[in-house]
Amino acid sequence: MSGATTVTADTPTATSRRPAAGFWRRALRHRSFVLGGTLVLLVFVAALVSFVWTPWSPYDIDMAAKLKPPSAAHWLGTDAFGRDVVSLLLVGARSTILVGVIAVGIGLSFGVCLGLTAAARKGWVAELIMRMSDFTFAFPAILSAIMLAAAFGPGMVTSIIAIGIFQIPIFVRITRGSANAVWAREFVLAARASGKGTLRITIEHVLPNILSVLIVQATIQFALAILAEAALSYLGLGTQPPQPSWGRMLNDAQTLLFEEPSLAVYPGAAIAIAVLGLNLLGDGLRDLLDPRLARER
Amino acid sequence: MSLFVLRRILTLAATLIGASLIIFLVLDALPGNAAQMLMGADASPDAVSALTVKLGLDQPLLYRYAHWIGGMLVGDLGNSYVYGTPVAGLIAERLVLTIPLAIMSMLITVVLALATGIYAAANHNKIGDVGVMSLTQIGIALPTFWFAILLILLFAVKLRWLSAGGFAGWDDGIWEGIRSLLLPAISLALVQAAILARVTRSAVLEVLREDFVRTARAKGLSKREALWSHVLRNAMIPVMTVMGLQFANLLAGTIVIENVFYLPGLGRLIFQSIANRDLIVVRNCVMLLAAMVVTVNFVVDVLYAFIDPRIKVHNL
Repeated sequence: MSGATTVTADTPTATSRRPAAGFWRRALRHRSFVLGGTLVLLVFVAALVSFVWTPWSPYDIDMAAKLKPPSAAHWLGTDAFGRDVVSLLLVGARSTILVGVIAVGIGLSFGVCLGLTAAARKGWVAELIMRMSDFTFAFPAILSAIMLAAAFGPGMVTSIIAIGIFQIPIFVRITRGSANAVWAREFVLAARASGKGTLRITIEHVLPNILSVLIVQATIQFALAILAEAALSYLGLGTQPPQPSWGRMLNDAQTLLFEEPSLAVYPGAAIAIAVLGLNLLGDGLRDLLDPRLARER
Repeated sequence: MSLFVLRRILTLAATLIGASLIIFLVLDALPGNAAQMLMGADASPDAVSALTVKLGLDQPLLYRYAHWIGGMLVGDLGNSYVYGTPVAGLIAERLVLTIPLAIMSMLITVVLALATGIYAAANHNKIGDVGVMSLTQIGIALPTFWFAILLILLFAVKLRWLSAGGFAGWDDGIWEGIRSLLLPAISLALVQAAILARVTRSAVLEVLREDFVRTARAKGLSKREALWSHVLRNAMIPVMTVMGLQFANLLAGTIVIENVFYLPGLGRLIFQSIANRDLIVVRNCVMLLAAMVVTVNFVVDVLYAFIDPRIKVHNL
């Protein structure tokens, strides 16, 4: 009896662990995933480290130390206000991640809810949701940020909302498309026959089955959000000084191109590393989570 | 076919009306009194109310919206709050730069993307393919404005072949104008070319696997002949769709690039107007860009259906 109990208790644990272990085994052999994951980890670690340590304060202006070349004290030199470039890059990673996470969060939460509703409730509800998402497609992130900045003034919140709004229709479309495919499956019909309602089927059956598609899309959208945030900060519509941001650093560096060209290289390279990492990670996740999609690529 | 086009035209009209409502709401209704904004917080109430009447801001919201839409239909976009000159004229002056810039970058995008995409597909899984794919991966990750700054560093600061910014205008000849727009167009084109090259490669590879290509090869056509005479025509359908979407992206991208190169185009006009709190100019510029994005997508939709008649059957 006790043996039987052990078997029943062990079996679910073993089966639930095996796919995860299999995933990681495959993941660690996947070049895109490993390279992308490493680059993304690097950016996240930089942001986390900046909370507890930076070589110098990124807010302290020291005109006597302005435009210093790289040295043991300032590894990548100083900017026009004498601020340490490494410290600015570390703290800048925070703004980038913060804007990216919240903007993608806005797009994901609104987009998935609307997309699931459009898939579950056909007819005029679906039509209305899809036409509304068409309207928002007319406004690329830069355009919506310009509108919001003109009306309410520039700032980090403005850029987060603008990028977030731009992400909603993308998630609406991808969620609706994937959810429609799940709704056509036989197990959903079985769930219906067993008396489950639309909401319960959506939460218990549809959402878990489209999760992998959403994770992959969220990774790619995160990369796009970082690019949009950098562009908005560069234009002066995003993160405002004295809060360091990579886009703002590039704007400052452009005025000193003839005197100190290297200042324009570091922040851009940091943005490119973060975006490249997320894109590679997205590609890797797509291959690992949905092999069918990988074959179609 | 006509029913399909009619439906698309109705959707286009509905989207444009929806977009105009959103723009009006955000840039006219929500910010409060534009006259107060222009004059600052310290202005006397009498002066603010005089300006409010002068700018027509004392009229009801619905009237102002209808007036704006009605004016737009006959080409009257009102007068700039700051300069007092017609907004339509201000925008037309700037489009002389922005439209050629977008067209130039689209041309560079297409040439670069088709060449590399077809080359990668023809050399599938060989070193050339891997090289092109790695380059496109990097291209997609580069921020457009950073690539623009790197180009300025190389061609203006180091080599001193081209100027770091500004626009010579079209009066000194077309070549001078094109020379000023060359670096901005290349920087805008790079990311889009990287995306389009990947689409081209996938589309060509997809068609290469089709039965009719195998038949063509069996009839004695070389790989190159099959590629040029059978594959490319069929692979162009998805490539053209993406091209249309990219043209819309390029138009939005000009806003950033014009600021990097200090080009007096539509993007710069929007920024100057934001700084001057000239909301009527911002409103019309944003509407114009949104309308361009929506219209380009509409044209692509309709063209796509003409090229591949299966599309309209699915969409009806």
